[in-house]
Amino acid sequence: MTDVAAPGRVNPAIPVTLSGRLTHVITRGGVRVVLVVVALLWLIPSLGLLVTSFRTRAASSQHGWWELWEGGFTLDNYDQVLNSSGLPPPGFSDNFVNTVIISVPGTIFPITVAAFAAYAFAWLDFRCRDWIFLGVVALLVVPLQVTWVPVLKIFNSLDMTGSFTGIWLAHTAYGLPFAIFLLRNFMADIPRDLIESARVDGASDLRIFTKMILPLSMPAIAALGIFQFVWVWNDLMNAIVFLQTPEKFPLTVGIRNLLGQYGNEFNLLAAGAFVSMVVPIIVFFTLQRFFVRGITAGAVKG
Amino acid sequence: MLPALALLGVFLVWPVIRTTHYSLYKGSIIRPTREFVGLANYQRLLTDDPAFLKTAWPAWSALFNSAVWVVLFTGGVIAMGLLVAVLADKVRYERLPKAIVFLPLVISFTAASVVFRLVYATNPNIGMLNAGRQALGLEPYAWLGEPNTASLAIIVAGIWVWTSLAMTILTAAYKALPEEVHEAASLDGANAWQAFWRVSLPQMKGPLIVVAVTMIINALKAIDLVLVMSSGGPGFSSRIVGFTVYWEIFTNNKAGYGSAAAVLLLILMVPMMWRQMRQIRKADAG
Repeated sequence: MTDVAAPGRVNPAIPVTLSGRLTHVITRGGVRVVLVVVALLWLIPSLGLLVTSFRTRAASSQHGWWELWEGGFTLDNYDQVLNSSGLPPPGFSDNFVNTVIISVPGTIFPITVAAFAAYAFAWLDFRCRDWIFLGVVALLVVPLQVTWVPVLKIFNSLDMTGSFTGIWLAHTAYGLPFAIFLLRNFMADIPRDLIESARVDGASDLRIFTKMILPLSMPAIAALGIFQFVWVWNDLMNAIVFLQTPEKFPLTVGIRNLLGQYGNEFNLLAAGAFVSMVVPIIVFFTLQRFFVRGITAGAVKG
Repeated sequence: MLPALALLGVFLVWPVIRTTHYSLYKGSIIRPTREFVGLANYQRLLTDDPAFLKTAWPAWSALFNSAVWVVLFTGGVIAMGLLVAVLADKVRYERLPKAIVFLPLVISFTAASVVFRLVYATNPNIGMLNAGRQALGLEPYAWLGEPNTASLAIIVAGIWVWTSLAMTILTAAYKALPEEVHEAASLDGANAWQAFWRVSLPQMKGPLIVVAVTMIINALKAIDLVLVMSSGGPGFSSRIVGFTVYWEIFTNNKAGYGSAAAVLLLILMVPMMWRQMRQIRKADAG
């Protein structure tokens, strides 16, 4: 569209006839109106929550958040949820720490395990390899609801219910099918010559994996890491089912409990929700490129 | 390799077998195999539990709602995702609307539930929808408190969260279309509309199916939004199958009955599983 004025060239997007131009202007306008409406539909609900999190209890229950001028703003809600003053313990600061404790190993473990498995599926020859891989892909679809009772029974017998170890293992296992699938597809696209020549030079599989496959797979690993991190950070159900100990609950469970007790105090709920959203939003804005790449990589072949 | 298979075996394969086994019993979480009842759990779910399958109208119950989710949620996500992917491609500030639509995917379902409980709040001085109704002279309406709208209101929240994924995949697909297709689509008005339906869309069939399958899986697996927004209520009118599993096992402590619902959920997944596997084999062969 920048070379409209260049002489001798006609931009095919801009028609020459008057009626053509008129339709063009209207369509352009239509496109913009629709985009603005969609963007507002997506933005306004979160904006309402953000505004509400800075309002006093009185203001948020008597005036809609869009009446910005009513009641003034305050940081009290954040103070209250973080320090759990007047709320059931643990406060959101403890929930926050728990979420970090759950999420970091919950991201590193599955990716490490998956990277080895993906290498095996992509570059090692063993019996039934492709069938086992197909089995892993099939597990992508299994709803976690199906696994709860048996896994809980295993945890109970090992005294792991309510332990971080238990939930790390659960997140690792549940994250594996997608992680193996994504990494295996990425690793399979590494040129065969590279690996063959390394083998001819006498490199062991472990050496090929650490010195060659891992560095080359970094884009996929980064995308997957962000994905898994945000997924585990936001998890509610596994925490409810496997943790069961209030002192170990993450932010998501904290919000749900807050909702149970202060269902209509949106000023507190909003502040709690935003405490839980800060980290994923920062991750999103700084690493958006990887995120998008991860989604498209997972989808192209899926 | 071995740790991966061991974990998958213990946390996914073995539980599927065990849960199927438990579904033939009457029992609790602690003792799932207390009393063998054969297929009685399934029989009751499908013929004698209006919370799971209600045959009288209005039919708002778990299995019916799951079907509504599959249709409306999947359709809504694809329609909105496609709309943003294609329209944003035509403007210079493409990244802005996409970033805005993308954001809900990175926040938790729990936070999204709070967002929509605020949107739907019955008090017109809190909820915007009812403020809008009030401005039009209408009575406030409890979107999440009425059986006829609760499930639909949650589906809207689901579409809000997941559209970004469809948008991202379809954007990549749209941009990968050959140049001629884009030229045809840069025509104006009715011609562009026709070019889109007849040329662009058919060429995006593959990615569209990928998105549809992913969203059907998401719709069937869904639980968080229902649990946090309505707890399946009012009554059982916004339950879905994935929620029933949780409710029966943990709230009612009926591990066998919940397991039967879980197995039915898994059976609903089989066509999706089948398609995913065929897709992989095709991709590897080609």
